[in-house]
Amino acid sequence: MTQQEYNGIMVIAEQKDGKVHPVAFELLGKARKLVEKKPQGVMGLVLGPETLDAKNLIEGGADRVFHVTSEIFNLPDELIYKENILPIIREIKPAIVLIGATTFGRSLAPRIAAALDTGLTADCTDLQIDDDGKLVQIRPAFTENILAHIKTKTYPQMATIRYREFSRPDLDPERKGEIILREPSVTSQNRVEILEEVTRQKTNIAEAEIVVAGGRGLKNAPDFITLQELADLLGGTVGATRDVVDAGFISKAHQVGYSGHRVKPLLYIACGISGAPQHKAGMKESETIIAINTDPSAPIFSIADIGIVGDWAEVIPRLLEKLKQ
Amino acid sequence: MRIIVLIKQVPEMDRVKFDSEKGVIDRKSAGVEINPFDLNALETAVQIKEQVGGEIIALSMGPPRAEKTLREAVARGADRGILLSDGKFAGADTRATSFTLARAIEKAAPFDLVIAGEMTVDGDTAQVGPQTAEYLDIPHVAYVTDLEEASDSSLTVTCNIWEGSYRKRMHLPGLITVTKDINFPRLPELKNKMKSREVEICRWDFSTFSDNLSPEQTGLKGSPTQVKKITIPPPIERKGQVFSPEETDEALAAIEKICREKRVSGGQS
Ligand SMILES: Cc1cc2nc3c(=O)[nH]c(=O)nc-3n(C[C@H](O)[C@H](O)[C@H](O)COP(=O)(O)OP(=O)(O)OC[C@H]3O[C@@H](n4cnc5c(N)ncnc54)[C@H](O)[C@@H]3O)c2cc1C
Ligand SMILES: Cc1cc2nc3c(=O)[nH]c(=O)nc-3n(C[C@H](O)[C@H](O)[C@H](O)COP(=O)(O)OP(=O)(O)OC[C@H]3O[C@@H](n4cnc5c(N)ncnc54)[C@H](O)[C@@H]3O)c2cc1C
Repeated sequence: MTQQEYNGIMVIAEQKDGKVHPVAFELLGKARKLVEKKPQGVMGLVLGPETLDAKNLIEGGADRVFHVTSEIFNLPDELIYKENILPIIREIKPAIVLIGATTFGRSLAPRIAAALDTGLTADCTDLQIDDDGKLVQIRPAFTENILAHIKTKTYPQMATIRYREFSRPDLDPERKGEIILREPSVTSQNRVEILEEVTRQKTNIAEAEIVVAGGRGLKNAPDFITLQELADLLGGTVGATRDVVDAGFISKAHQVGYSGHRVKPLLYIACGISGAPQHKAGMKESETIIAINTDPSAPIFSIADIGIVGDWAEVIPRLLEKLKQ
Repeated sequence: MRIIVLIKQVPEMDRVKFDSEKGVIDRKSAGVEINPFDLNALETAVQIKEQVGGEIIALSMGPPRAEKTLREAVARGADRGILLSDGKFAGADTRATSFTLARAIEKAAPFDLVIAGEMTVDGDTAQVGPQTAEYLDIPHVAYVTDLEEASDSSLTVTCNIWEGSYRKRMHLPGLITVTKDINFPRLPELKNKMKSREVEICRWDFSTFSDNLSPEQTGLKGSPTQVKKITIPPPIERKGQVFSPEETDEALAAIEKICREKRVSGGQS
């Protein structure tokens, strides 16, 4: 595999029910910046129903979009996705393939990379082009304690990229580009049956601008009602530590942290949360952090903009009262 | 049912020290333990074995000291352990790790099910499970949160994927990666603890694979990705203001102000 044969950046855009995941637009925006040095193209690849508007991806920064049309892509079936993506990558030979590091992206990308027998960098938070024209992939590891700078010897250079690391470009309705429709080459497999969608995340905490979160300082499930009231008042979402999720106070969809969701809101209010490294990993990049904890030595205070040593059950109701005035 | 559980030895993350100036991880600062997610993988295997019977093999690639990890796996319910250890395997990225694990799983065949953790706490990539499945040409289901039914020919599970959760039925052989939510790993039982001290852990080195693995396919040589540099961001510290219990009134005024500034339209007024 030589570098000359491989050209351009391909963004594989995840979609569900015809709606493209916003991380795809962030990646297109970033890809445009990465190709500034060299006039090689930015491509989009989307697998989804015919009704999906692939033109958006052009407006977001792609020069060419491959749209493999089928309703079958409304199911998270890694095997069928893989079989339809491989021939396109083999034909187009992009130098770089970027995929959003969503759960589905992180399940699908390794299968594609292994099938192509190329390298894959996981869950990146930044990308750069080096002097030799190669991609530098920057990613946190060791439970977010370090940043590794990684380069790939093989082509395409593949990476999954975390949601909300790059800004979302404004769609430009004037942007011109080509949409190439493709028929799916494989539409069934008999190894994994997708029986049903059990639940759909109602709370998309990853996108919340305000998060009011509770930990072990809360005594029971009803305590979350008070936090919910504050979240509703502020237009936000309720978050939680793993310990209270495990205790059954609130569903996993609300868990913030290393093995939960990563959030980057304008405001994070931590109530009765000690600030374990695994919790901080999911929220430390919040713009403003307010922490309420009875223990003045709680580690959460070291990353808080405002810390209040006190009982959340006293502070939050008083805050609610003030805000309602 | 023959189940292979993939187990990685990792540093104790709560203890390990990072030198932000030199950009190094001081691995000596901490002991080692089983990757926490792999305990859930092992517990899943034990529960399946309890239902349908069979054998559990714990498989790990790592330095010789990882043998201890496999003994712990036996104490926690595995029947035996295989350690892949050789200088030629060292420095592997996820591609080389998965490729080597896949070749080892083929050697340990027949197998029905491979179970991996969702991710490790050191490499953090969550890639080895699905990559190994691809190199074995078997299906996988990632981020499994619930095991509903196991039979000799299939597995019905719920997985957390695509901004929701889905029930899937996988026909075996296949691979699953499990999250922390799937179960609470039980503690080692006394009789297994005894067994773990005596059991022989198979040691497979590169020569074991003379027929199905070339030196270019494993270890550093078989790794397309390379860590060029490590930087350790200084820990985020905010020179925040901390209000004592006597200052609660001032504190409330301060946070009320922030809340009013940041309140999102759409919030109730
Ligand atoms: C592999 C791994 C992954 C993990 N992933 C996650 C993850 O994704 N998310 C996560 O959160 N954790 C995760 N954890 C767990 C994490 O290590 C901590 O155990 C957890 O974050 C602690 O939760 P907590 O702050 O609610 O509880 P605690 O640590 O028990 O803290 C409770 C705090 O509440 C304070 N408090 C008590 N009463 C009051 C009151 N009335 N008012 C105000 N304050 C009060 C106490 O002083 C204390 O500081 C993970 C752990 C591991 C090993
Ligand atoms: C800082 C840093 C960053 C890295 N980034 C990348 C990267 O982006 N891409 C890349 O390809 N490599 C990367 N690597 C290399 C990678 O960490 C190693 O290949 C490692 O052996 C396996 O990856 P992981 O720890 O991420 O495992 P994961 O894929 O997170 O592990 C998932 C599961 O696979 C099983 N498993 C993993 N390793 C083993 C093993 N050795 N033996 C048995 N079972 C195992 C376990 O069940 C585990 O729970 C990085 C290494 C470092 C030090």
